Amino acid sequence: MMSFIGRSFAQKTITLVFVSIISFLIIHLAPGKPSQADPLNPKFTPEMVERFRQAFHLDKPLHVQYFYFYRDLFTGRTVSWKDNRSVLAKILERFLNSLPLFIVGTILTWTLSFPAGIRSAIFRGSLYDRTTTFISYLLISIPGFFFAYILIIFVVTRFHVPVIGMETFGVANAPWPNVIMDRIWHLLIPAVLGATVGIAELSRYVRSQMLEVEGQDYVRTARAKGLPPDQVHYKHALRNALLPFVTMFGLILPGLIGGSVIIESIFSWPGMGRMAYEAILARDYPVILTVNFVSAVLVLIGTFISDLMYMLVDPRIRL
Amino acid sequence: MKPNGHPLISVQNLKVHFQGDFETARAVDGVSFEVRPREMVCLVGESGCGKTVTALSILGLIPVPPGRIAGGKILFKGEELLGLGESDMQKIRGNHIAMVFQEPLTSLNPVFTIEDQIGEAIRIHKHLDGEGLRERCIQLLQDVGIPSAAGRLNDYPHQLSGGQRQRVMIAMALACDPDLIIADEPTTALDVTVQAQILQLFRSLQQKRDLSVLYITHDLGVVSNIAQRVYVMYAGVIVEEGKTGHIFSRAQHPYTRGLLASLPTRSKRGKRLYSIPGSVPDPAHKPPGCPFHPRCPHAIETCRSRFPELYDYGDGHLARCPVLFEGGQEAGENQPQY
Amino acid sequence: MNDKKSYAPAPETVLEKALTPKRSRLEEFWALFRKNRLAIAGLVIFILFFATALAGLILTSGQDPVFDPARIRLQEKLRPPLSRPNLDTLRPEEAPRLGMYLFGTDDLGRDVFARMLQGAWVSLTVGFVAVGIAVLIGIFMGGIAGYFGQVLLKLHHILAGGLLMAGIALSVADRITMGILCLVLAAVFLLYPLRARQFSGNPAGPAASGFLELNAFSVDTLIMRMVDIMICFPSFFLILTVVALLPASIYNIMIVIGLTSWMGATRFVRAEFLSLREQDFVAAARALGVGNLRIIFRHMMPNAIAPVLVSATIGIASAILTEAGLSFLGFGVPPPHATWGNILSDGKRFIFDAPWLTFIPGTAVLVVVLSFNLFGEGLRDALNPKLRERR
Repeated sequence: MMSFIGRSFAQKTITLVFVSIISFLIIHLAPGKPSQADPLNPKFTPEMVERFRQAFHLDKPLHVQYFYFYRDLFTGRTVSWKDNRSVLAKILERFLNSLPLFIVGTILTWTLSFPAGIRSAIFRGSLYDRTTTFISYLLISIPGFFFAYILIIFVVTRFHVPVIGMETFGVANAPWPNVIMDRIWHLLIPAVLGATVGIAELSRYVRSQMLEVEGQDYVRTARAKGLPPDQVHYKHALRNALLPFVTMFGLILPGLIGGSVIIESIFSWPGMGRMAYEAILARDYPVILTVNFVSAVLVLIGTFISDLMYMLVDPRIRL
Repeated sequence: MKPNGHPLISVQNLKVHFQGDFETARAVDGVSFEVRPREMVCLVGESGCGKTVTALSILGLIPVPPGRIAGGKILFKGEELLGLGESDMQKIRGNHIAMVFQEPLTSLNPVFTIEDQIGEAIRIHKHLDGEGLRERCIQLLQDVGIPSAAGRLNDYPHQLSGGQRQRVMIAMALACDPDLIIADEPTTALDVTVQAQILQLFRSLQQKRDLSVLYITHDLGVVSNIAQRVYVMYAGVIVEEGKTGHIFSRAQHPYTRGLLASLPTRSKRGKRLYSIPGSVPDPAHKPPGCPFHPRCPHAIETCRSRFPELYDYGDGHLARCPVLFEGGQEAGENQPQY
Repeated sequence: MNDKKSYAPAPETVLEKALTPKRSRLEEFWALFRKNRLAIAGLVIFILFFATALAGLILTSGQDPVFDPARIRLQEKLRPPLSRPNLDTLRPEEAPRLGMYLFGTDDLGRDVFARMLQGAWVSLTVGFVAVGIAVLIGIFMGGIAGYFGQVLLKLHHILAGGLLMAGIALSVADRITMGILCLVLAAVFLLYPLRARQFSGNPAGPAASGFLELNAFSVDTLIMRMVDIMICFPSFFLILTVVALLPASIYNIMIVIGLTSWMGATRFVRAEFLSLREQDFVAAARALGVGNLRIIFRHMMPNAIAPVLVSATIGIASAILTEAGLSFLGFGVPPPHATWGNILSDGKRFIFDAPWLTFIPGTAVLVVVLSFNLFGEGLRDALNPKLRERR
């Protein structure tokens, strides 16, 4: 057990170093320069550009820049080029904005896709199964931004509720029930949108896992014992079918930082995805790199957690 | 027609078809047999001849679709099983008829403990719980010869050896004191030494508990060891049936003879073993007439067109071959008595 | 007990007749596929889309295209679909070819039908080229990992590789002299053992370089760690970053999508190769002295290609979605050129006044992506008999 943790920690650290190098190279070797350091930018005088370059070590060779950047990152001193604010504080602020979207979306995904997928598998070939299958394909195939506009048109013309932004402008002065309702409306639509693809894909996956397990010998054994169908499906089959999903809990983590660029920009939601998008547009390298680094860390932690979870739930795996 | 006693289970002209993507496979094509109380009966045949499908259809475990019971009757203690609803079937499965499967590793659920898996049938059928249930599980494990049974209860299947897993499967089958146990090639996946132990276990359990056992195997060596009566199955039909001694000493169907001729015995030492030419027909494309005729050394013209009936050799010995029944010279010294 | 001579083998013809399958693999595949109505619908739409995109390329390009996607008619802006042009205000060459605006016009009075035609080609090429790149990389990497995975890399291999990469990186990063130095060093490093072996006839080389012969890790480890590294990048974010930093061009989008989505194909091919390697027909081929390349391409690839095809079909669907998303955000193909994503993006300001600007491209993307997904799933079911039973 300890050796597994040690090994995987070492392996993941090495992976992380490579990720940091590659992302650093991609950003710095791409053609073009950030506007603050671009000698052709009329807004800045050559002296300002020079000062900027010195302040952010842009005059140093690449490997020194790399070293400086990650030293600053680990000591929490990285600042955004755009507004000189601490990157970590910025990310934290945006992260807190994205968090409700993420939580509602995840809850929707996991609570809806499991019953749908399991039912599909148990009644495979039925009308229910074929309908949900088609709907899942539809949801997987629909472009998020298109679906967003359909929902916006629907909600706005039907319920006359504006849904852009985190809250309706000026609603803060209204009585608190209205404020809460308003917040819920504003939260619900983007959360549902963020969850659609997840619901569709996860329910398909649940269905195929369930079908796989239903074909196993031990399910036949359970039926041969004379167990009622519910016990066969929900005890013997489901318990085995759930194994891979326990590991997926770990893989939710990266979603925390990813946010959805498209949905957040359609709904003007000041979350992580939008911040990343704005940082890309402004070539705000420290923000881009930090977001990238944090999300790589989350991916690695996520896979680590899922490995651990697998060992906990599957009695066959003992290290 | 049959002497001594009422059959415990009687399968009559059972037909099971599987609807494939293009054609229908007639996996079981008119099988009749019976098992009497306290009897050990073997169903022998090559893989793919429909033995397992027959066994599964007794318990109503054929996956529908693609499977379909196309006809016949299954009478258990005189009661028709095929018409029973799912919940009535559940009261029979595990309680009156239990089954032991071929692969003990995949047939046990990997995520539940031994105790859980043995106990749940008892809980469902006998409404036993708590300490009583636990004691019964321990007793069962001891009965099937698992050492230090109490300490094994909380083990998971992967912690046991292959032979022990099969013993656990047998304990599960015995859990509710069934009248009939269907054992579907229970030793095929095991080592030879373990095979012998499991066979021994079956024999002693059958005698001690007054069980009836329908033992399905492809191994004639096993048959001679344990069976009182034998049914030989080929391509979905029973081609020969009779007491074990009769089958082994004077087989009357070319297929049974072929099987026996391919058994390695001491007298055949140093000689080349016989093997039946060709292989089992695909259940979707069975030859017309006698299903064995393309591989049969005795085949005559009528075999290609006419499906043979069972010919009675007396004392419950029947074989489905008109050529050997009528043409005495082919049967050699095993001439029928009449 | 039995007279063995009487057991003469039955005539071969009879035996063969009972056993040989009646259909070839392709026939069986097609018969199965045909039963899946959704997949057939997917295939039909896919063919229609292909034809449309090709027609679109021909009809909308050139000096005087049949449908001009760039012609601006400000007096005809935001006309709904199927509306007739007001011919009094238009010069003859400005009139739409069909006598009406089939899909309406946008806020600059451009014919949405012509723009959709032009965009179809973009979606098609992005989908196919990006996935083509991803699949090629995937097959290459996965094939190596699966077939040669157990080969151990020695320290000097890694050193040479590191020098090579550093050389390329430095050359790109405007440090030409250092870069070339590294490259030369790498070349020397690679060539030296060959010469040393030639002259001394001693394959071990000088004792001093003994530690270079130490085994580091296997090829499989190397490739799978590369996959791990790529998976750490949030893919849409990475694509967005690179596309934003590079000059706007459709080729950049294709390449970037391709370079960031090869991991799935790699894993597929590797898994497939690992299991195929163990199978008897491969062992038999090897026992016959068949060369590695021939085993890979003649014996293993045909068996491994089916799952790759399936994932490629579904990959095209997601590449089209990604491109549409990028266009929607304003990246990728530079403005006058229409893509389905940027038509929708331009139209989003008018969703209440001119909903067709949202609905026509949105539905088009939906239908095409859906058709690829359904087609891919149909392929998977028809190619994989094991899954078929569980359908």
